[in-house]
Amino acid sequence: MTTVVTGTTAPPRSVGTAHTRIEGRDKVTGAARYAGEVPFADLAHGWLVLSTVARGRIRAIESEAVLAMPGVLAVLDHRTAPRVNTDYSGLMGMRPDPTIAVFQHDRVPHLGWPVALVVAETSEQAREAAEALVVRYEEAPHHTGLDTDHPDAHALDGVMPGVTGKGDLEAELAASATVVDAEYTTPEEHHNPMEPHAATARWEDGRLELVDSNQGATWVTGELASLFSLDPGSVRVRSEHVGGGFGSKGIRAHQVAAVMAATLLRRPVRVVMTRRQMFSLAGYRSPTAQRVRLGADARGRLRALEHNSLSVTSTVHEYVEPAADPARVMYDADAHHTANRVIPLDVPSPTFMRAPGEAPGSFALESAMDELAERCGLDPIELRLRNEPDQGPVSGLPFAGRNLPACYREGARRFGWAGRDPRPGRRRDGRWLLGTGTASASFFAGAGPSTATLTAHPDGTFTVRIAAADIGTGARTAITLVAADALRVTPDRVRVRIGDSDFGPAMIAGGSMGTRSWSWAVTAAADELRDRLALGSDIPAEGITVRSDTAAAIGALTPAERHSYGAQFAEVAVDPATGEVRVRRMLGIFAAGRIINPLTARNQFLGGMVWGLSMALHEEAVRDRAFGGVVGADLAGYHVATNADVPRIEADWIEDHDPGDPVGIKGIGEIGIVGVAAAIANAVWHATGTRHRHLPIRPDRVLAAATADRGRPDA
Amino acid sequence: MAVSTSSVITLNINGEKHTLPVDHRTTLLDALRERLDMTGTKKGCDQGQCGACTVLLDGRRAVSCLQLAVAAENREITTIEGVAEGDRLHPVQQAFLDLDGYQCGYCTPGQICSAIGVIEEHAAGWPSAVTGDVRPEAGPPELTAEEIRERMSGNLCRCGAYVAIVDAVARAAGTAAGPAGTEEAAA
Amino acid sequence: MREFDYQRAHDVAGAVALLGAALDTRYLGGGTNLVDLMKTGVERPARLVDIRELPLDLVESTPEGGLRIGATVTNGDLAAHPEVRRRYPALAQAVLAGASGQLRNMATVGGNLLQRTRCGYFTDVTRPCNKRVPGSGCPAIAGDHHNHAILGASEHCVATHPSDMAVALSAFDAVVRYETGAGGGELPLRDFYLPVGDTPHLETALPRGALITGVTLPPLPIAGHSRYRKVRERASYAFAIGSAAAALDVHDGVVRDARLAFGAVASRPWRATAAERVLTGAPATPETFAAAADAELAAARPLEHNAYKVTLLRNLTVAVLTELAEEAAR
Repeated sequence: MTTVVTGTTAPPRSVGTAHTRIEGRDKVTGAARYAGEVPFADLAHGWLVLSTVARGRIRAIESEAVLAMPGVLAVLDHRTAPRVNTDYSGLMGMRPDPTIAVFQHDRVPHLGWPVALVVAETSEQAREAAEALVVRYEEAPHHTGLDTDHPDAHALDGVMPGVTGKGDLEAELAASATVVDAEYTTPEEHHNPMEPHAATARWEDGRLELVDSNQGATWVTGELASLFSLDPGSVRVRSEHVGGGFGSKGIRAHQVAAVMAATLLRRPVRVVMTRRQMFSLAGYRSPTAQRVRLGADARGRLRALEHNSLSVTSTVHEYVEPAADPARVMYDADAHHTANRVIPLDVPSPTFMRAPGEAPGSFALESAMDELAERCGLDPIELRLRNEPDQGPVSGLPFAGRNLPACYREGARRFGWAGRDPRPGRRRDGRWLLGTGTASASFFAGAGPSTATLTAHPDGTFTVRIAAADIGTGARTAITLVAADALRVTPDRVRVRIGDSDFGPAMIAGGSMGTRSWSWAVTAAADELRDRLALGSDIPAEGITVRSDTAAAIGALTPAERHSYGAQFAEVAVDPATGEVRVRRMLGIFAAGRIINPLTARNQFLGGMVWGLSMALHEEAVRDRAFGGVVGADLAGYHVATNADVPRIEADWIEDHDPGDPVGIKGIGEIGIVGVAAAIANAVWHATGTRHRHLPIRPDRVLAAATADRGRPDA
Repeated sequence: MAVSTSSVITLNINGEKHTLPVDHRTTLLDALRERLDMTGTKKGCDQGQCGACTVLLDGRRAVSCLQLAVAAENREITTIEGVAEGDRLHPVQQAFLDLDGYQCGYCTPGQICSAIGVIEEHAAGWPSAVTGDVRPEAGPPELTAEEIRERMSGNLCRCGAYVAIVDAVARAAGTAAGPAGTEEAAA
Repeated sequence: MREFDYQRAHDVAGAVALLGAALDTRYLGGGTNLVDLMKTGVERPARLVDIRELPLDLVESTPEGGLRIGATVTNGDLAAHPEVRRRYPALAQAVLAGASGQLRNMATVGGNLLQRTRCGYFTDVTRPCNKRVPGSGCPAIAGDHHNHAILGASEHCVATHPSDMAVALSAFDAVVRYETGAGGGELPLRDFYLPVGDTPHLETALPRGALITGVTLPPLPIAGHSRYRKVRERASYAFAIGSAAAALDVHDGVVRDARLAFGAVASRPWRATAAERVLTGAPATPETFAAAADAELAAARPLEHNAYKVTLLRNLTVAVLTELAEEAAR
């Protein structure tokens, strides 16, 4: 037995220096196995059958013919599937989306609703049988369009209240020297992680086991236990590697269907969504219709601010895309009103997607601020600096650090903003008109209670166990560095195991809260372990294990406005003859707390900015009102940015220290996307003189604007 | 004529022969993943629209999701599992690892196989859609960042790691020219 | 995907014999379109005849100075071929503008010509589509058609042909060669694709069971000074929303000869013969180029959401021809 001292002489700090990913070698050699790739003996394959009508009832499912096909083992539908319980509160106290309770009734609430699961010996057999399954419907009229005059529009609370307000808006607008009143829209957008949702379920020694691709093993375990009325301890969910999530990988129909089939067939069953199925089963970002009204005094100080957002939800679940939320953090005004409203439609339930609310909301708000700067004759950065609030505009709480001005100073210097000719349409390079634009970003820095266990081994190494998920964020590596520093050892002595619900409850990889929450728990465990080891006792063979729980510490945080901030810059080139828009360069400067691993952090900021670019120029799911589904529901029809769309873009950060925060880490998963679409749209205005208030900024829209301009007498 | 819907085939993968019965519907991608437990090749869309399933067929990059396994007989198939030399990573793999040319890792094997193909195609003098003058008299295009971006555009990365991917391909293209080329560049 | 028989052909006669006149048999080349359509259920062949190993993989010069391109030459090899790049640069550019490097290495010249439309209603078997199920209707006309046809369409179908390669081939008067059990034949590309009319499901004039064996490009000195420009909704790996292949011969500021074809505007590559007539003999100025485009686009019948294509093609024509004229003047 050995006595291990965690360190009185601490090695150089690991946090803050670049480390390649722990699992990097597995990822570049193909050795890393994702959920659909873990082998199981006697595996059966399930294939989901989705409704081809947008509303109605199932009249008949002709299973008999399909059951006679080669290899087919079962057809699960609302007549044959086990019953599940949906009367519970899940993640963050939310009611479950009834969409996940598959095969419970004959009603069809949207196109692409799961009506059956065909299970067969091979995936080819399951697919052919699923495609051959005849389902007859009694069709009812449906409505899927986001009409701003819809009679059922209503305010809806999300994580935050639906409506906030103070001051007399009309009076302040009337008294303003400059007013902007503009409407903006953003389309339906889909997450499309590269790895389709996949789950394999089996019963093993009386426990339900799910090998899954998700953003939180604790989350999925809890939902499955509630749905199937199981003791949470009898459900185990594992997800070693996750091929992207972006908000879409929580609990969804395929996991529930897999569990049902594994239960009925008493063998492992795998269900993988096809890319096409993901467009109705994986969630999406609601389209939004937003109106922003700003009124400013002669110096550009806001007297009035109103931001109203309308989004859609399904008829079975209420989810709100809170696009009006950014104004509650970014800008104060004497009259300040925000509202998030929804209309229920015959569509799948929308859900969280990278920077919910902030991504579409910042497009409208930060575009409107640019319009206000133009009308006030102020530099867009100067306008924003003049409107820096002293306290939370709605909450009245103090800001726990607000380093937005510093982001702008650093960003403007590096981007070369000084000396910019504010007039639009002045720069040209061959067939391209050039312009630059900027916008602000912010994202809530929250934390969720987590538990972690930390074991000291006799050989001087340590094992961290936490039900974290690495969806590409570099979480596994970040936790290793945080643990190493907390233990005052080098990272090679720390093993980190994640993605297993048996490690105890932990925060999801979502809301930019994962790494902050997990690091907190790991640090707390390490502190306790160091205290234990400092007593000098020998370490037994099984090691010394401590366990932390951050619930109390998080609850004890003093209330404050805690956010990360960023300043986004973009330069675009626009060909007015063809409508093509190319981003030439982008820069994002962020104040996002302590950066754990600069290598992976930079990558993640850049990834967020690429999402913003993709949102600005490409992404749009077109829902056909006549049939109620997405046209071209695949990666050729739904465009995400390709490599050729992305120029040399840069992301960097400034010192951002909050002395009142015990962990000092803020999330960086979402801030990168916020503001980018506005920065690009503002740059397109600067290049062409045309405001684009509807995303994406497609060639046809640019062409239509250019054609309209030529028709103007002053053009 | 007798109709059969399956065949016993022999696939030459990473220099090894594998004989297996396949349903004619089975794609090379599914044969690798579901029959041969070679899961390094990824299924992102199954429709040729993302590039995650890229492998090398007779040395040229191709999407394995649109390649029927039965039609891949007589071809030399190289997958991500076959590009390293033992424990020594291929220069493209090493560059992706060192420069963080990925995030979730799901598109990565396809990106790496594609990059290996890109470097070969460039070495053979192939132009691309962004090559200013495609006429042979203009000479082979330099492998600039713009050329790499265009040539790598058949591999979507939803995490948006494109900046690091381009850096990784550029670095690997430099080293792939061999030690002599590297020294020359450094001199 | 339903089950199917698979046969590999080793020579052209064998391939043609294997297919015979069977309606439910398809030739398999690179598979980049056919296998995808089989997965989505649009194509449901009972048998595939694999022709990838046929000896049709060469690009050869003809004695007259043209090129004979074999049907199984991959798009990648075609675009890389020095004689294609030297004599028909717009063809190389068009091929390089299509799909991705991976797909170009698989896709064949013959298969590229026979590509089906990427209309989102055609590829979704749960929707009506006159091209897929004759008489079932065309939801694109009242639905999403922002990337549909403005020329030569009908009330039965407004789909576009997705090929970039075929646009350049069309500009250069390519001839398609084929073989049938009853002998071989040739079809000039201008006659290869059938008008839409009320039979959008009938796409080509190939006889039943015919195997495309190759494409012949006539000697065409003007093609040495040619260009393909493609506009799409992202920078790469996307189908065109408008494209133009053009060749220009300018002497003393006057257009002596011109070739022009449009992509993504019709059910076929659209040879702009009306524009060519305006161009020939006229001064090589942007005004002439615009007048030529207008002459061609006078026949355009845009729908509610694709009228931008008229502007796009007009601007694209002026831009490409202006570039070619400026280069000629240097």
